Amino acid sequence: MYDTNLVLGGKEFTSRLIVGTGKYSTLPIMRDAHEASGAEIVTIAVRRVSLPGTGESILDYIDTKRFTLLPNTAGCYTADEAIRTCYLAREAGLGEMVKLEVIGDQRTLFPDVMGLLEATKTLAREGFTVMPYTNDDPVMAKKLQDAGAACVMPLGAPIGSGLGIRNPYNIKIILETVTVPVIVDAGVGTASDAAIAMELGCDGVLMNTAIAGAQDAVSMARAMKLAVEAGRLAYKSGRIGKKLYATASSPLEGLPDWTS
Amino acid sequence: MSVTITVNGKAMDVEPGLTVEGLLVLLNVKREYTAVAVNREVTPKSSYGTLKLSDGDKVEIVRPMGGG
Repeated sequence: MYDTNLVLGGKEFTSRLIVGTGKYSTLPIMRDAHEASGAEIVTIAVRRVSLPGTGESILDYIDTKRFTLLPNTAGCYTADEAIRTCYLAREAGLGEMVKLEVIGDQRTLFPDVMGLLEATKTLAREGFTVMPYTNDDPVMAKKLQDAGAACVMPLGAPIGSGLGIRNPYNIKIILETVTVPVIVDAGVGTASDAAIAMELGCDGVLMNTAIAGAQDAVSMARAMKLAVEAGRLAYKSGRIGKKLYATASSPLEGLPDWTS
Repeated sequence: MSVTITVNGKAMDVEPGLTVEGLLVLLNVKREYTAVAVNREVTPKSSYGTLKLSDGDKVEIVRPMGGG
């Protein structure tokens, strides 16, 4: 079936799965998982170098010709911190596409949407392709779009929780509310969660822990690739309606007469 | 006579007049995908050779790490 590509900041991507680079048991496993996931975009964090700065770099395990790097602002609790982190990432040569996080609470890692909106406005004005991690709130999604976000990334459940898509109805309303791509970011635990997001009509899914934390990260990465593709295909194929009672699949006419 | 700066949270005594470039050489920092901020402001790479560090300056040197 014909499908369009995912477009972010004028760049086209065939894969609708975005994966992380954190929490893998080893960097070679991360590299193999990236390969198995079919992803074209990988998220990274921006952190202090350990000094002296001769240590191994995560970029020794990411082919930057193949993968687009998506720096995040994880750990930022104010718009100011997040904006400065994006400037640093840009100066480091990591590009202008950013996964914007402004965290509001340490325990839930839920976003501070006021700070998020402020940072989105500033960064979009500065030419960044802003991909904001937000609540599953259609009103905020619209505000982020109006502020210049390149997509909106509502959480399915808290980051790293593996609880899946807790409010599919809100995600559905977000899809009806905005015209920019909707990417579920956070909360995915297993393949069916990713499939559900895509069946709802989401444009993509972003995950880290579900793959990196699985017992076999590489095979889970492949499971997620298949789930995102299956979910997308099911969505595009137009599912049947739900009914309370049965509808026979075999013809009702032409049954043999067994009456005596 | 030396000046005291803070690099990635650690105090460090350096020669007066040391530039950002000089600091990166001194600390043997890989340049690829690395960025520097001095006193909260991002330092453009073009200024590494001219920006001199002063007593009390706070320097952050960052690069990509694993994250989600």
